[in-house]
Amino acid sequence: MSEETASPGGEYEREPVPESALLGSSKFWGMYAGEHAAGTEFMIGPLFLSAGASLSDLVLGLLLGNILAVLTWRFLVVPIAMAKRLTLYYQLERIAGGGLVKLYNLVNGLLFCFLAGAMVTVSASAVGVPLNISFDVPTNLFGLSNVSFTLLVAMVGLVIAVVAAAGYKTVARVANIAAPWMIAVFAACGIVALGQVGATEVATIREGRFWDDAIAFVQARNGPQTFSFWQIVVFAWLCNGAMHFGMSDLSIFRFARHKSAGWAPAAGMFLGHYMAWIAAALLLAALIKLQPELAVGPDGRVNANPGMLAYQALGWTGILCVVIAGWTTANPTIYRAGLAFQGIVPKSSRTAMTLLAGAVATMAGAFPNLSAKLLDFVGTYGTILGPMGAVIVFDFYLMPRLGLRDEFAARSGARVNLAALIAWLLPVLVGLYLIFVRGLFAAYAVVPCWIACGLLYIVLSKFTQGARLPTTQSNA
Amino acid sequence: MQMLLRIVSLVALGLVLVPSMMYFGGMVALAIVTRLALIGTLIWFVATPMWMGRELPVDATHVEI
Repeated sequence: MSEETASPGGEYEREPVPESALLGSSKFWGMYAGEHAAGTEFMIGPLFLSAGASLSDLVLGLLLGNILAVLTWRFLVVPIAMAKRLTLYYQLERIAGGGLVKLYNLVNGLLFCFLAGAMVTVSASAVGVPLNISFDVPTNLFGLSNVSFTLLVAMVGLVIAVVAAAGYKTVARVANIAAPWMIAVFAACGIVALGQVGATEVATIREGRFWDDAIAFVQARNGPQTFSFWQIVVFAWLCNGAMHFGMSDLSIFRFARHKSAGWAPAAGMFLGHYMAWIAAALLLAALIKLQPELAVGPDGRVNANPGMLAYQALGWTGILCVVIAGWTTANPTIYRAGLAFQGIVPKSSRTAMTLLAGAVATMAGAFPNLSAKLLDFVGTYGTILGPMGAVIVFDFYLMPRLGLRDEFAARSGARVNLAALIAWLLPVLVGLYLIFVRGLFAAYAVVPCWIACGLLYIVLSKFTQGARLPTTQSNA
Repeated sequence: MQMLLRIVSLVALGLVLVPSMMYFGGMVALAIVTRLALIGTLIWFVATPMWMGRELPVDATHVEI
């Protein structure tokens, strides 16, 4: 099967995964460990420090948030994945209809472009260090950096887009091989940073003076900010909201032989979203202590330059890690966005659509403030995509018990299940209003929107299902 | 041969990680840490593709944050 039409496991895109293709739990531990040591971690870690999170809150908040994330994967995603053994997209198509899946896929693709854009910025920041190109972050959200950095972003984006258009396999292999090395580099960066700030004893680390000094340095230039314990907990829990609450990882866990595979995200959470985030944050603290002038941009504000942070701790290895981490994250993201766009325009070529996605990502990457707002973006991403998972959960557990038909689109032949469409859009629009107009911390909106979506889906189905006679029987 | 290559990869990872611990303990200078990490990196990317499976995992096109 060609790469044009298939993805790994692609032979089971529209059928349950058979017994012969199931995988043991150890495979999932490796997958999750590799996936979450990504380019995003270099951006997110320093943002916690910049936002004013205390060290103790960070250590405990991330611990609790990551435990909640693992439990959500294990007890929400895995039971449905193992019962149905279908991809998210096919499961959604059976419930919500092919038309709605296309819309969901388009939204997903556009969000992927912005995520990939942040990774293009991250990679360019690292390439810019040896070229002596500074990473200036303007004050405006849609302001450009200096000309040299913008050109560098365009070049890096072009290379990533062209490679993605050629297919995902080579980069996926590089990502596979690089994953254990990247985890080691993240750990080494954190350990070196601790040494650089002189926190070589438990008492010094617990006192956290170096951390508080770094926060004071940032806030003296960027203005006061706070990031509470519960914001950390909820962010850590829901930054992958689209994957667990949103059920995106049904596509992975449909291959699980045992329920115990559901604990595997712990590897990703505690290596990538615990160790790597803290290590990346320590890099900023170390830079501020040792070379504060490098942490301050021409506008007098402190900006985390991932390439510079990693270079100060581990030299060229740090730069290579940032480039590879950014590249291996951006590549599948652009590839998936290209597939989503191709789904909207079926007669278009995947190559053209991937290049289009790459162009959008590169344009997004040219605005450094978008990557500096990654904490907000990730929460918004979960708020938009997460609630669709509630449709799947409520459809699976509650519809038959309430006398309603599950997988209604497959049974009725509907292109769009109106109940699912309204149940998804309404809470998401309210959530986006609260985030962008009322200033709600984005990750706080994920769970309320998810619950509202599920309840609305049930209520609306009561009305819509009676109006349409079933014509096709479910067979999955 | 496979086992030997795996050991070489493990040593390469050690070259990335262990010197940082020695720096933390005040035993080596940062310049040595960065040099050994780069050597370890080069060895890792030469040795590991020779033994690590070419089969892609089922999540190869999956996007996680």
